[in-house]
Amino acid sequence: MKEINKMKLEFPSNSVNERFARSAVAGFISQLDPTLEEVGDIKTLVSEAVTNCIVHAYPNEIGRILLKVSIYEKNLVEIIVRDYGKGIEDIEKAREPMFTTGGDERSGMGFTIMESFTDSLKVKSTPGKGTTVSMKVKLSQRVRLR
Amino acid sequence: MKAVFTYDNNRLTIALSGELDHHGARDIMDKIMNKIDDTLPRDCHIDMGKVSFMDSSGIAIVLKAYKKVNAIGGRLWVENVQKQPMHVFDAAGIDRIIGISATV
Ligand SMILES: Nc1ncnc2c1ncn2[C@@H]1O[C@H](COP(=O)(O)OP(=O)(O)OP(=O)(O)O)[C@@H](O)[C@H]1O
Ligand SMILES: [Mg+2]
Repeated sequence: MKEINKMKLEFPSNSVNERFARSAVAGFISQLDPTLEEVGDIKTLVSEAVTNCIVHAYPNEIGRILLKVSIYEKNLVEIIVRDYGKGIEDIEKAREPMFTTGGDERSGMGFTIMESFTDSLKVKSTPGKGTTVSMKVKLSQRVRLR
Repeated sequence: MKAVFTYDNNRLTIALSGELDHHGARDIMDKIMNKIDDTLPRDCHIDMGKVSFMDSSGIAIVLKAYKKVNAIGGRLWVENVQKQPMHVFDAAGIDRIIGISATV
């Protein structure tokens, strides 16, 4: 896979940065001329992954969040969200619909939504060390008039 | 994120506007729950016509409101949902529990 472009952002886990993160990624992928629906999906993915870092990885502290986006040939977009927080004990269980450790403030549907909006979703985690979520989305290749 | 409430004749309308993420939800979760407690509505409508973005944080709000209204014997609907929030509701299968309708 040939990488065509990439970007990297790092920011603290303040909840106000949820909007910043998804807007930044939407801006970066605009070079692929995505449809409105594709932009909506990408913003949702970023919001889910970043919110998980803010809520679950760093429940009682402000920590570092790393966000990387790569564009590969044939309109393939890869989004990687990484934290250095709490980690996940049982990833398989965490990915089940409705599973949450967040009480009734959360619905436990984040991973289910990420799964449904991506072509591939990978989660790696080490308890006490942090979590990395990688998402791949293939955007439509629309005919472009230049 | 803003919530505007109107109550009339046992019907509570909650009109939300802005981006409904975890940051935005924190401001309005308590307000919505308190309003339902105060008014004990028979019908509760959540108008999402002005919600331009929503993630799973919105699902938690809607489910929590639904449970509260249900517990007092009322009914709850979500209306005027734009495309992006609708896609999120669909992916989570929330329409199997709560009546949700799109913008016209
Ligand atoms: N970055 C993370 N660090 C630590 N734990 C996480 C992380 N991401 C997810 N988890 C764990 O996985 C569970 C499921 O995550 P998921 O996003 O599916 O649901 P949620 O965040 O609990 O609720 P929702 O996303 O619907 O608001 C979380 O409750 C949490 O226990
Ligand atoms: Mg989540």
